[in-house]
Amino acid sequence: MKLFTTWIAGLIFGLGLVLSGMSNPTKVLGFLDLAGAWDPSLALVMGGAIAVGSIGFALAVRRTRSWLGDPMQLPTASRIDRRLVLGSVAFGAGWGLAGFCPGPALVAAAQGYWQALLFVAAMLAGMKLFELLERRR
Amino acid sequence: MNIDWPHFTPWTALAGGALIGLAASLLVLARGRIAGISGIVAGLLRPQSGDVAWRAAFVIGLFVAPWLLPVAAPQIEAGPLRLIAAGLLVGLGTRYGSGCTSGHGVCGLSRRSPRSLVAALAFMAAGFAVVYVLRHLA
Repeated sequence: MKLFTTWIAGLIFGLGLVLSGMSNPTKVLGFLDLAGAWDPSLALVMGGAIAVGSIGFALAVRRTRSWLGDPMQLPTASRIDRRLVLGSVAFGAGWGLAGFCPGPALVAAAQGYWQALLFVAAMLAGMKLFELLERRR
Repeated sequence: MNIDWPHFTPWTALAGGALIGLAASLLVLARGRIAGISGIVAGLLRPQSGDVAWRAAFVIGLFVAPWLLPVAAPQIEAGPLRLIAAGLLVGLGTRYGSGCTSGHGVCGLSRRSPRSLVAALAFMAAGFAVVYVLRHLA
């Protein structure tokens, strides 16, 4: 039941990405191109997601256990530091380079597009590199 | 500002967004977990006992989704070198920044986290800047 529910959450998330057009990098880049012909769709995707998500999280923060009995693992970090900002800037730069962020890239990779598979392989390598760099600190 | 009306899809964008918000709500309410894709995937790269199955289940759900909805082939403009550079930046950046569009953008903003707001503003600004340089300066 727990895993099935988790699978359903992933499935709904993926359906949302596909339906909204966000699994198409050109559509994402159309949003990021403010100076060109601007496609505001991504703003509405975020708006719709946050509108619904706000209800879910408002209910979640009051709970000590999940519906299925797990401990609630909400983030506790609150520090706004250089790591957060520079990491996010690097992520945004990569996002702008190809139009892929992690969710849409996984969806397109699942469809077998080689460009998405290449991107995902590089992304996993980047995550692994982070771990190696962290271990040496 | 010059709106690209032919490509603007407000209704599917809102509906798709609502589904994403629903999925994030379901994961946090039913399992107590944040639907942050980069974090979920990163956890699979350093597997810890008892922490793998839910991550795998969520990712498999993502993988199945495009096979259930009719979807046009994605248009991918970037060539191989650019895709590799982009992937490395996204992988490293989301780990240092502790999240991506889903973890900070959807979940973090839904729970009104100031940290996530800063992260989201930073990655959006960087995305706008890079696309501006690539399309209008380079």
